[in-house]
Amino acid sequence: MSRDLLRVEDLHVWFDLDGGGELHAVQGISFDLAEGERMGLVGESGCGKTTSILAMMGLLPSSASVSGKVILDGVDMLEKGEETVAPHRWHDVAMIFQGAMNAFNPVKTVGEQIAEPMLLHGTASSKSVASARVRELLELVGISGSRAKRYPHEFSGGMRQRAAIAMALACQPKVLLADEPTTALDVMVQAQILELLISLTHDLGLTMILVTHDLPVVAQVCGRAAVMYAGRIAEEGPTQTLYHDPRHPYTRMLFAATPDLYGDDAVISIPGAPPRLDRELVGCPFQPRCDSAFDPCPSKEPRERSFDGGHRASCHLNELPTAATVA
Amino acid sequence: MSQNGALLEVSDLVTRYPVPRGLIGTIARRPRQQVHAVEGVTFTVGAGEMLALVGESGCGKTTTAQTVMRMVEEDSGQIRFRGRDITGLSHRELRPIRREMQIIFQDPYESLDPRFRVRDTVEEPLLIHSEGGSGKQRTERITEALVRAGLTPPDLYINRFPHELSGGQRQRVAIAAALVLEPKLLVADEPVSMLDVSVRAGILSLLDELRKSGLGILMITHDLSTASHFADRIAVMYLGRIVEEGPARDVVRSPRHPYTKALVSVVPKRDPRDRTEPQILQGETPNPVHVPEGCRFHPRCPIAIDDCRATDPALEPVPGGGAEHRGACIRM
Repeated sequence: MSRDLLRVEDLHVWFDLDGGGELHAVQGISFDLAEGERMGLVGESGCGKTTSILAMMGLLPSSASVSGKVILDGVDMLEKGEETVAPHRWHDVAMIFQGAMNAFNPVKTVGEQIAEPMLLHGTASSKSVASARVRELLELVGISGSRAKRYPHEFSGGMRQRAAIAMALACQPKVLLADEPTTALDVMVQAQILELLISLTHDLGLTMILVTHDLPVVAQVCGRAAVMYAGRIAEEGPTQTLYHDPRHPYTRMLFAATPDLYGDDAVISIPGAPPRLDRELVGCPFQPRCDSAFDPCPSKEPRERSFDGGHRASCHLNELPTAATVA
Repeated sequence: MSQNGALLEVSDLVTRYPVPRGLIGTIARRPRQQVHAVEGVTFTVGAGEMLALVGESGCGKTTTAQTVMRMVEEDSGQIRFRGRDITGLSHRELRPIRREMQIIFQDPYESLDPRFRVRDTVEEPLLIHSEGGSGKQRTERITEALVRAGLTPPDLYINRFPHELSGGQRQRVAIAAALVLEPKLLVADEPVSMLDVSVRAGILSLLDELRKSGLGILMITHDLSTASHFADRIAVMYLGRIVEEGPARDVVRSPRHPYTKALVSVVPKRDPRDRTEPQILQGETPNPVHVPEGCRFHPRCPIAIDDCRATDPALEPVPGGGAEHRGACIRM
């Protein structure tokens, strides 16, 4: 495995609330990614997935405060805030926003919109250079270059999503953060887009973080995944291990709540809802919904433990002598 | 094929929408075009049975459901509900039947009136149908419906507004409002696609409970995994037609139509070890205004032959399969 390209260290995000007080959306997450690797970031809505990657891009609103490091190629992008993030944004780390396919301006051609940031950022010296690059980018994502002159309404949903991916790739980034890139798409189009993302990581050596609530999508696309809960990483490891040998009940329960094409086991919902993040969490944040909670869970915060094969989890069950009880 | 005593029997249903021509089109007398949303669909739903209509956007599954509910006029075909043809019925004649067939929609954030308390939402169908007796009796009916929909204890929910409820709870309120008239058939149009993963299973299990209690359920979904888990039978739609239909297990584990085969291969599986080489169809479903001649799937079909351009295949029992398992493909 190649060396780490991207390392996130103890990332925190707080939002100031209107009525006073703070919401601690991301509570100290750490992970690292090797070049060309695809990692999934999964969890229910509101667990901090999108906030985490927006923080990595330096794109959070002014009501947010961020701490921690996002180290790319040995350099901390967050060191001096906007000053140090800006040069990396889009050039090294790019993002496909959720719903990006619906965010095109209807009165401009798709090509103009892909060219715009290149001219703005000065990565293309002239309009003709930019339009040549636009054709190249469109071909890269499987759209004929001649379609650059078309308007968004002339594209199908899948094609608009491809164009959104092309836009994110405009400045040849090393890392692509994809936020729910297939959520609104039909399953066949979803498969086409996922195959495209996989082939881009192969062909361009792109490193990818795939944010989604859809565990099976991650299982198909990513070798590794981090399961987030209440702004923290509850468990991280190879996707195979997460499915077959979870070390956190949340991971197991999330899989059990997901219908599977070939699964015969009962699909079971997770009771309750994630905790509020505008007050301090005591003990394990998942404890009120957990089916295996025991004595220490309500009061004591679980310690993170590592297992073989780049697998780690924060659950008190792992402290028990017979640590196989989680699954 | 129509089993005697099926709750709902739909045969050769056709629903088309006119494409607006616009002023210039009208003046220029451009030919009127039609969206062939549903093109000859036949199926049944029995009491205590769940049929899932599965397909991608634009395949006609929602139009089928809306036509069955008589929210949309059919062009031809027959809809029999409890043995009675309801296709020609007027609004007035439909009223007593509407009580017995109810629909729930995809988005519980939009289908509930934000100014209505839970009580009002669930009571409304009773008032519309002048049912439920005195105020006290109605409250009893409302409470029962809430309990059946899993909102227990009902006192906790009855006076709340939608904004005070989670997405899953809202969908349960919509289900309670559908149940309060004690229908025989429930049409569920993508009932969980707007909900978080952790609560989807709860809503689906609730529908499963209702099915076990004798309700017939027609579920519209784009999610083959959900259909596989919860439906007794699956009908796969493509461009306004059912291309394959059968017991859920047979359709998912031994699909026979090339479209179903491709769909099954691209559905992401939970277990990374179950990953199969996805058989990705090129392009997207064609526009239902211009339906291909012959087999409507032939332009995207990996095994199409010359005959497929000419022959529009009928839904027939698959060779070597159970009698219930049918497909519309000359190459099965």
